[in-house]
Amino acid sequence: MALSGHLLSLLTFFPALGALALLALRKDDELWIRWLTFAVSMVEFLASLALLGKVSVGAAGYSIEEFGRWMSSPAINYHLGVDGISLFLVILTTFLTPICVMASWHGVHHRIKEFHVMLLLLEVGVVGVFLSLDMFLFFLFWEVMLIPMAFLIGIWGHDRRIYAAVKFVLYTMAGSILMLVGIIWLYNATGTFDLPAIQKIVQTGVLLLSPRTEMILFLAFFLAFAIKVPLFPLHTWLPDAHVEAPTAGSIILAGVLLKMGTYGMIRFCLPLFPDASRRAAPGVALLAIIGIIYGALVALVQPNLKKLVAYSSVSHLGFVVLGIFALTNISLQGAVYQMLAHGISTGALFLLVGMLYDRRHTFEISEYGGLATPMPQYAALFLFVVLSSLGLPMLNGFVGEYLILLGTYLVHWKWAAWAATGVILSACYLLWAYQRVFFGEVTHQKNRDLQDVSPREKWMLVTMVVITLWMGIGSPFFTVRFAASCTAVLQEMNRNVMHEVSAPTPAERPPAGMADKSMERASR
Amino acid sequence: MIPNPPGLIDVYRVLPELCWCAFGVVLMLLQPFLKNRQGLTFVGLIGAAAGTLTTSIAAYGSGFNGLVQFDTFSMFFHWLVGLIAFLVILASDSYLERERLEPAEFYALILFATAGMGVLASAQELLTAFIGLEMSSISSYVLAGYRRDSIKSSEAAMKYFLLGSFATAFFLYGIALVYGATGSTYLAKFAGADPSSNLLRLGLTLILIGLGFKVAAAPFQIWTPDVYEGAPTPVTALFSAGPKAATFALLLRIFGTSEAATDFWFWAFWILAVLTMFAGNLGALVQANVKRMLAYSSIAHAGYTLVAFAAVTTMKMNPDGPAPAYGAALFYLASYSLVSVGAFTIVSELGGSGERHLTQDDYAGLGTRQPFAAAMLSLFLLSFLGLPITAGFFGKLYIFNAAIKSKLLGLAILMAVNSVIGVYYYLRLIVVMYMHEYKGTPPADEPQRLTPTAAMVVTVAALITVYLGLLPNHVLGLLIAQNPMASSR
Repeated sequence: MALSGHLLSLLTFFPALGALALLALRKDDELWIRWLTFAVSMVEFLASLALLGKVSVGAAGYSIEEFGRWMSSPAINYHLGVDGISLFLVILTTFLTPICVMASWHGVHHRIKEFHVMLLLLEVGVVGVFLSLDMFLFFLFWEVMLIPMAFLIGIWGHDRRIYAAVKFVLYTMAGSILMLVGIIWLYNATGTFDLPAIQKIVQTGVLLLSPRTEMILFLAFFLAFAIKVPLFPLHTWLPDAHVEAPTAGSIILAGVLLKMGTYGMIRFCLPLFPDASRRAAPGVALLAIIGIIYGALVALVQPNLKKLVAYSSVSHLGFVVLGIFALTNISLQGAVYQMLAHGISTGALFLLVGMLYDRRHTFEISEYGGLATPMPQYAALFLFVVLSSLGLPMLNGFVGEYLILLGTYLVHWKWAAWAATGVILSACYLLWAYQRVFFGEVTHQKNRDLQDVSPREKWMLVTMVVITLWMGIGSPFFTVRFAASCTAVLQEMNRNVMHEVSAPTPAERPPAGMADKSMERASR
Repeated sequence: MIPNPPGLIDVYRVLPELCWCAFGVVLMLLQPFLKNRQGLTFVGLIGAAAGTLTTSIAAYGSGFNGLVQFDTFSMFFHWLVGLIAFLVILASDSYLERERLEPAEFYALILFATAGMGVLASAQELLTAFIGLEMSSISSYVLAGYRRDSIKSSEAAMKYFLLGSFATAFFLYGIALVYGATGSTYLAKFAGADPSSNLLRLGLTLILIGLGFKVAAAPFQIWTPDVYEGAPTPVTALFSAGPKAATFALLLRIFGTSEAATDFWFWAFWILAVLTMFAGNLGALVQANVKRMLAYSSIAHAGYTLVAFAAVTTMKMNPDGPAPAYGAALFYLASYSLVSVGAFTIVSELGGSGERHLTQDDYAGLGTRQPFAAAMLSLFLLSFLGLPITAGFFGKLYIFNAAIKSKLLGLAILMAVNSVIGVYYYLRLIVVMYMHEYKGTPPADEPQRLTPTAAMVVTVAALITVYLGLLPNHVLGLLIAQNPMASSR
């Protein structure tokens, strides 16, 4: 009982304990280091599943919270909490970490101990970001997480790793320092860093911001998140970071780090600055749509397989941002779903591409061709993941994209129409790349006797494929758990509008009844 | 008015200074008799510690007819400069041995300089402040040129001396004009003076220029990189920490107590802060020499402190009062100084004999060659950079907070921009240490690990960095709760 009272703290800091334990091991105990890290991350994953039981289905708000005072001036509290939205992001993180350990089993050969320590510390940071309810604590985890990620890219990455690592940190820091100024501004206006408390102050109208101030604050936060997502035109760090990172780094980066940005938008931008969000929505949506199409077009012409996957992330995350800023219940749920789906399918794509790299040490598509002959199982699994990524019905990518497009269509059919081209384009670049890599004659002698998936690799991939399928068929399992939280986010926004503007325009009010019905249809 | 002759009670107010000076003299007298370097180091450490500890016996109140004032504010700075002196002496031990330099005078000069800084922190009158300034400056000139056989060191001393004297002249001329305008050199008397008097403004401007030189505020910072680079590295550690903190203390006393022309001084500090931040950060961006890079970074940090000063000058009109801005400035000075001592100590150790290994290339692969030194230096750099759970983060946070409280959003954003520039060059050094391979074989004379004394200094600095990064409230609470300026009125 004592432990379950601190489940959230345990989830946050258990990997750090694991990292400490790793430090005690000898440098050359390779196997020990790998197994210990794997065990720690598996325990963490199982512990995070316990959250599923704790988060009540259909209830908004934070199901479990932990609260403690850290310091009185400035009033910083240790406040953790989990609701439907953060629940699955935490589980996604804890799920991908053991996968990362497995994925680096043969890919990482030097400074193994440091590598696994960094991986676990990264997990601490990411889980902390998703669980923090104190803005200060959030910022702390947000920043601290940068260092292990930069090391992962910079030490174990590919040729241009240092450039990529520095670029990654600089971009993120530039955004987050502005966010810090925004956080301090809010602290000075409200006297607290506590997110629910600030939310309440904003909602009840105790703190009335002038439109200009609200917009500036919104931008301070939004910029930090948009860089992280990354939203066009702030995406330029992403291809470098993804391509140069080792496989494990890419999986975590694409799988969860990008979601920190979209999570921040849902958690901070919408509830705290509802009017500014509404005013900025058309602009943000425009950037998101540009990102969807631009990312897809660039992916189409990539000769480098990993870069192709990286740009597909720009495109897919554009959907998420569009879903958030369409500001309807359905699209928001779709955005959350797409975050999870993208985490799994793009994580799996990077994993697959990494396996190819382990064998041939190149990402160039032209180096491959006809791989289906020597590696039939690999080709089948790859196809499955590709199909899920491009949004084939019954697989996870479809649910998210469909909900986003549907929700967006209800309020701005033009946005949805433009965004839908992204779905078509994603089919183009993914299938074309698949064709070039797997079909036809084997063009390079080296590829003739490539090994098919090993049992270790098969286990990882089959797990991910099963989840992909489950998320495609059994989506209500997920949506019922975060639907209430999504509704709450939008309700908070609307209540605020009622407070300031007498009559909300029809376009701003999500057609609730209709939304719910189509929601159900989509889930079935 | 006939001044009272000084009595025993006056001596109590300057007990730390007396103690430091006494030990300085003892050290010089001991030199012919005690040839053992470690013995002298020990005496020096005792001296620094004793002076610092007497701070707690020294009674609050003013002494020497109001020339000095011992209050929370000066106690804080006495502790700070005392601790810095202690750490610097401890770090110098191995350095002096390696460079074959005489320890006695070195320690004595450090103690004299420290006494000067103590005077600066408690001075209530400009001429007394001048004495403190000169005590610390003249010792600093000598210390900068302590490596007599090195051309760079001599150049540093010469530059520092010439430009420093020039700045002192500004300071003195400023005092003269202020005296002309107010008929007094007591800080308390400024309060009643006509704030719009041009003579007073001119006088205070000259004083600001003189002190601006000492804290290396742009555009008076040109000397800093050369002097910091040429001086023996433990001395550089001292320069970046002690005199800077003490001079900032005097600046706070003058421009915090004087009601003179708030708006005018606000803009003066605003411009100084912006120029200094940019000069420091942009300069550091292109440095390949680590010592020089840290010198520029120290300019940048002076700029951040000046942001808090700009906040101080506006906060007088603020109902909250200036306490948070004071607190921010003091906390920042404390955190930066101690972290900086730690960082320079590592640079000093890694420099090798003759300080030949100072470029970034020499630091390549340090993460595998000397894990402890690399980890600690990274911690200090991350603190400079302002990453959470380090002292530097809360330092920046408090300054941001003070700036935003005073509605200086523009200044806060400029500071944010500068912080990002800072990220680049601090991160670059970390990248070099951990991600680059060392080219060629390491030189034979390279130390394999930090000497025990240096390791001690580094550990203390690291502990303070993390402590202030986790529980800054203990220190800050002390600073804000007992509003440092309240007792001086």
